[in-house]
Amino acid sequence: MEGTVLRPAERFASPEEVASALESVGYIADRPLAVAVYLALKLERPLFLEGQPGVGKTAVSLALAQALGTRLIRLQCYEGLDLHSAVYEWDYTRQLLEVRLLEATGERDKAQIRRHIFSPEFLLRRPLLQALEASDGLPPVLLIDELDRADEEFEAFLLEVLGDWQVTVPELGTIRAQVPPVVVLTSNRTREVHDALKRRCLYCWIDYPSFEKEYAIVLAKVPGAPERLARQVVAFAQTVRELDLYKAPGVAETLDWAAALLALDRGGLTPQLVEETLGALLKYHDDLQRVREELGQGLLERALSRPEARA
Amino acid sequence: MAGNLLAYLVRFARALRQQGVLVTPEQVTALARALETLPSLDRETFRLAARATLVCRQEDLEPFERAFALFFGLGEEAHPLRLERTQSALRPRRPLMAQAPLLPRRTRETGPEEELPLADRSFSYSPLDVLRQRRFEDCTPEELAVLARLVRGLRWALPPRRSRRLQPTEQSGRPDLRRTLRRNLRYGGEPLLLTWREPSLRPRRLVVLADISGSMERYTRMLLLFLHALVQARRQPVEVFLFGSRLTRVTPMLSRRDPDAALAELGRQVPDWAGGTRIGQCLHAFNRDWGKRVLSRGAVVVIISDGWDQGEPELLAAEMERLQKRCHRLLWLNPLLGLPGYRPLTRGMQAALPYVDDFLPADSLASLESLARRLGELPAGRAPRRPGAPAR
Repeated sequence: MEGTVLRPAERFASPEEVASALESVGYIADRPLAVAVYLALKLERPLFLEGQPGVGKTAVSLALAQALGTRLIRLQCYEGLDLHSAVYEWDYTRQLLEVRLLEATGERDKAQIRRHIFSPEFLLRRPLLQALEASDGLPPVLLIDELDRADEEFEAFLLEVLGDWQVTVPELGTIRAQVPPVVVLTSNRTREVHDALKRRCLYCWIDYPSFEKEYAIVLAKVPGAPERLARQVVAFAQTVRELDLYKAPGVAETLDWAAALLALDRGGLTPQLVEETLGALLKYHDDLQRVREELGQGLLERALSRPEARA
Repeated sequence: MAGNLLAYLVRFARALRQQGVLVTPEQVTALARALETLPSLDRETFRLAARATLVCRQEDLEPFERAFALFFGLGEEAHPLRLERTQSALRPRRPLMAQAPLLPRRTRETGPEEELPLADRSFSYSPLDVLRQRRFEDCTPEELAVLARLVRGLRWALPPRRSRRLQPTEQSGRPDLRRTLRRNLRYGGEPLLLTWREPSLRPRRLVVLADISGSMERYTRMLLLFLHALVQARRQPVEVFLFGSRLTRVTPMLSRRDPDAALAELGRQVPDWAGGTRIGQCLHAFNRDWGKRVLSRGAVVVIISDGWDQGEPELLAAEMERLQKRCHRLLWLNPLLGLPGYRPLTRGMQAALPYVDDFLPADSLASLESLARRLGELPAGRAPRRPGAPAR
């Protein structure tokens, strides 16, 4: 059994290979990220991604799962997330029914009943357990999304799991991963995640992409987008990010906006077209107002006169 | 060879620590292992591998780059940030508030006499009661010293919030199936004994934004002592920010136990004592840089200011609205509110008031005491608020 499982660590021989594998599934990774992913795989440590919302933190894990040809298991964090939602839970209603059934058939041996209803058959596997138990070929990619939303207790527990790659179900014993899953943690920094956990991880801060990177992402993710439109869209998004907004548009918003413009199919950007579709790019009333004002003062012209926009 | 490498990495880690980046030996070992896995190793790859293994917070990225440049002897031009930093560090710091000490000299000079019961002092009638009502700006330095001691004794606590985490209870909340099943197995699975669980209670965070501009100068000293007492009470998490023309987070400085030392530290670190007021811009900076981090999970926000604002009232109103929407309750303390005949007519106060849940005075010990009481009695729910954006 041991020999059949292929370690993800052996899949790539260099950060460049990671980058090109990710690119082949449509994720453009710059070099710092490629190095961090490569090392996370090699050292079998979790990857910890921080950055503004919408810079593609979650997308990394999706792309990584695709590139590795394995499945993605996702654990969305929230306040109060506990063991029973993250690791396992017993199926109580079925257990209670089963006890009644056993009694009806005359089973009186208490130890026997106990053994029976606390068997794997009645175990509900939550994401963490699923990720540790997987033994079908490749270990999965485990995404622990928005860890900052969970509370400190969960973090402490996670530290243990990610250190030993095992969990203990008291009734069943310890379950240990044959091969550690590839773990990606993300945080939007609504709360500082404890350093002890972060030090166990490979850390990567994902910034808003450069023009060239974002342009490549738009071309990869919005099929059929003409190059001229893509350049203009990205130039505008990059210019808007330089304004002092509450929520600068992320890559996700740029993609939405590009898709919206493509659907309207009116060629290049005009102030009126931007004005009409701005809701795809900005999600706060105040930001919308601010950018509308700036549009009146030549924001679009400024964006389109960037050298990259015309290349 | 491996020993050499490790020694080299340890030296690099030391260079990082000198820049304030905390690195554990475990992380250094991880880097050593990381380097072994890399097929080729140029300086850039080394930099990225070290960044991924040794750094674990965004704030440390810049010091990391500085340490890296220093360690490898890269020129100044590669890192203009460094130059800028050094220059600002060399700029002589204004001996802030040197002319007006935050605290009147007390205790050490005056000696044990200060510790005498208050009734023995030169007040004719119930001095404590009079003093409690006296406005801070009318107090003599001796009286302020007495008040400072009383402020330190203020008891306060915010009502806790319900967290989403459940804990076992005796007989309230919702059924806890897990424990119920377990406990009733001995009765053949018949649920005879029910067990319960309900949300646990957590302390709520208090966030204070205090105005230290020129118009507030008369109150600043006392209010800072009050804030120091809040932080020192360690009842629950407190975050304190000061603002005038810009916003400064001062929680770490107020964590020093000795009030004199804490306030002296503030004097050194806060750049804009007794200057102009741009409340709107400061709130904007707060909402943008800190709001997400300190307002989550039902924080109570207290703004202390007289509402004299030199900025745009529209900006102030917009930022107040945003702030109010994000917090559990928004209180505004105005030292002028205790003055007879005062009406909040300044443009700033007018712009802010629609978004304030509680508008209270803060000009005497009595008003601070009533604030402490008020904080303890805040209702569990949110204050009723108008839906959507009100007409500005």
